[in-house]
Amino acid sequence: MAKLKLALYWAASCGGCEIAQLQIGDKLLKLVEAADIIFWPVAIDVKYKDVEAMPDKSIDVCLFNGAIRNSEQEHMAKMLRNKSKVIIAYGSCAYEGCIPGLANLFNRQLIFERAYVETPSTDNKGKVFPQTNCKVAEGELTLPEFFDTVKTLRQTVEVDYVIPGCPPEEKTTWLALEALITGKLPPKGTVITHNAKAVCDDCPRKRDVKKVKKFYRTFEIIPEPEVCLLEQGLLCAGIATRGGCGAPCPQANMPCTGCYGPVEGAIDQGAHFLSAVASVIDSNDPDEIQKIINDIHDPVGTFYRYSLPDSLLGRARIK
Amino acid sequence: MKKITIDPITRLEGHGKIEIFLDDSGSVENVYFQVPELRGFEKFSEGRLAEDMPQITQRICGVCPEAHHMASTKTLDALFHVDPPSPSKKLRELFYSAFYVTDHTTHFYILGGPDFVMGPEAPVAERNILGVIGKVGLELGGAVIKARMQNHHIIHLLGGRAVHPVFGLPGGISKGLKEEERQEVEQIAKDSVEFAKLSLKVFDDIVLKNKEYVEMIVSDAYTHRTYYMGLVDEKNRVNFYDGKVRVVDPSGKEFAKYAPREYLDHVAEHVEPWSYIKFPFLKNVGWRGFTDGKDSGVFRVAPLARLNAADGMATPLAQEAYEKMYATLGGRPVHHTLAMHWARLVELLYAAERLLELSRDPEITSPNIRIIPKATPDEGVGIVEAPRGTLTHHYITDERGVIKKANLIVATVNNAAAVNMSVKKAAMALIKPGKKITEGLLNRIEMAWRPYDLCLACATHTALGQAPMEVIIYNSKGELIERLGH
Repeated sequence: MAKLKLALYWAASCGGCEIAQLQIGDKLLKLVEAADIIFWPVAIDVKYKDVEAMPDKSIDVCLFNGAIRNSEQEHMAKMLRNKSKVIIAYGSCAYEGCIPGLANLFNRQLIFERAYVETPSTDNKGKVFPQTNCKVAEGELTLPEFFDTVKTLRQTVEVDYVIPGCPPEEKTTWLALEALITGKLPPKGTVITHNAKAVCDDCPRKRDVKKVKKFYRTFEIIPEPEVCLLEQGLLCAGIATRGGCGAPCPQANMPCTGCYGPVEGAIDQGAHFLSAVASVIDSNDPDEIQKIINDIHDPVGTFYRYSLPDSLLGRARIK
Repeated sequence: MKKITIDPITRLEGHGKIEIFLDDSGSVENVYFQVPELRGFEKFSEGRLAEDMPQITQRICGVCPEAHHMASTKTLDALFHVDPPSPSKKLRELFYSAFYVTDHTTHFYILGGPDFVMGPEAPVAERNILGVIGKVGLELGGAVIKARMQNHHIIHLLGGRAVHPVFGLPGGISKGLKEEERQEVEQIAKDSVEFAKLSLKVFDDIVLKNKEYVEMIVSDAYTHRTYYMGLVDEKNRVNFYDGKVRVVDPSGKEFAKYAPREYLDHVAEHVEPWSYIKFPFLKNVGWRGFTDGKDSGVFRVAPLARLNAADGMATPLAQEAYEKMYATLGGRPVHHTLAMHWARLVELLYAAERLLELSRDPEITSPNIRIIPKATPDEGVGIVEAPRGTLTHHYITDERGVIKKANLIVATVNNAAAVNMSVKKAAMALIKPGKKITEGLLNRIEMAWRPYDLCLACATHTALGQAPMEVIIYNSKGELIERLGH
């Protein structure tokens, strides 16, 4: 059997997905046996022009991580789509926009003003901003265009599979890579994890049907070690988040923040999380319910921490 | 005028690009190191809950999330006016020391080391980690992998996750250490000390015993006389987790020493229209452009800067190594950019020794790891030394602890001006009219930025090592005249 031709690329990302890919450790050797990595800018000497020269569909599989934040990333996404038979959104940024997707609460102008003028350490009385084309004494310099809105990979090109997580846990990465190597790929569109049910399904903490009168913030209480965090009043996203990660955060006494995205069948993770939270409120009195909900000071950052660009909301309207 | 474009150089977190302008004779006119990326964390932090910031800001960098997590957690202590219990501070520092062992190991063996071990002009196919292992032997190669994996295990154990940890809280941490885990950490620490000693010996054998390398290290092409910055303890010794920021001038004399909350009195950032990165400088010296010397506010951070800004190391073996380095290179401060590789190994030894000390601390398994903050949050600044330099977080909140304003001066950014200068100086020394531009020559230019470890995607370089780089030479009409693979 011919070896698989594999490409790995990063767009607007933090590098954590590359670390996650390396976390598979000695399984990397199995991967290298089965696949030729033909493009991986961080690790091997293959250049953009080499990719451009590749015939269409000559890459078997492309793992693409990072969101689409600027014109260069959009260009690369489109090019890699044309060159690849299968393209996989690897990690939360490519899948849903992730934490950098919270920038969709603002726009380019507001972000630039904060970064380059307003910040107290910035010394920029002349209000100089980075330019896509800039004349310097010796010639011209260019920069990619920074978009107003963060887009996911699926909003940019057609995507065949998703590997969720910020970053994906080692076992999730390997589950997908093993399927690639053995050719036993699931139906197109699958979000590849060990568990399509919620993180709660992975979590060893005991759940009851206890309801809460008050929501706490993580610094306000020391939670009981074995009891469900949501039932202790912490806004744990496990109930509305796809499992397969093994629930490491609740086991470190911190709530799940939702990085594996929505559970199978849910379209909008934030709306699902919100309705789950509403269902644990121990009250039928509208005033009391309002009072309990008023303790949630950052609904977008809590319910849509990783999924704003991919959600039904998408972005904030800036007046 | 010709323009040489090096794009992409991808051994940094994000993307980087170098533009070299040549005059009609073929001499270097100017060089620009551009960073074509921005994500805007300072803006979208507004409206977030303060306690979520350790987990939000670490998404700036998945290679060193531990540094952001820790700087942010310390900022929360200040913001909520809470002093965490002693065991939790020690556990944070233990976690952070393990992180330093992994991070410095990666840089030396996988990113920076190959240039020396294999030689700056060795064939591309050999100038990488696999070549290094081939030359120094599988035993050492195995030790490199083991050191990284074992210390990542400590990060996972305490932080909850191997990448993007979750344990930081204002007033402490969410998870402690059990006795059987402590024993495991102690063993890893012992192994790490031996590994760090071995690494210094490798540097001694391969680099210091090679006259040509030593000449290159001390050559003018790789030298800049700048200010240096680093965190120090109460005895002015290097500390990664806590202390005051000390700045020394190009002669090594203390220029400033400040607590985190005073950072705005000392540091400012300059903006250029041709890069998304800002250029920090010392406010009390001023921005004089991309130039070194006492009159220019350009300063440097990261391993060599930390050693230059301190009077010594807090652990015995690292102190010996520190003294040897300065004795060999002619005393403190050392201005040779390439000596940063050596300084990194001195710090590797310190991190391992500190890890061992902390693993034996009688308090380290104490369950007393959290205090619930009671005061109203308002404003806080937190500083740690990230492996790539001084890292500052600053948050202002309303009385509910919701972020109103955030300011971040990220480690690598502090070196932005110096990196430009280093690349320019190396290019000017190496590119001469009529001299053929070879791949090896370009690598020598790359060696001017590589020591800074530009928030590079550390562990991602384990496979084959060489950054893809392409040089395109245009003539004065903008026509492509030569394309050179790297």
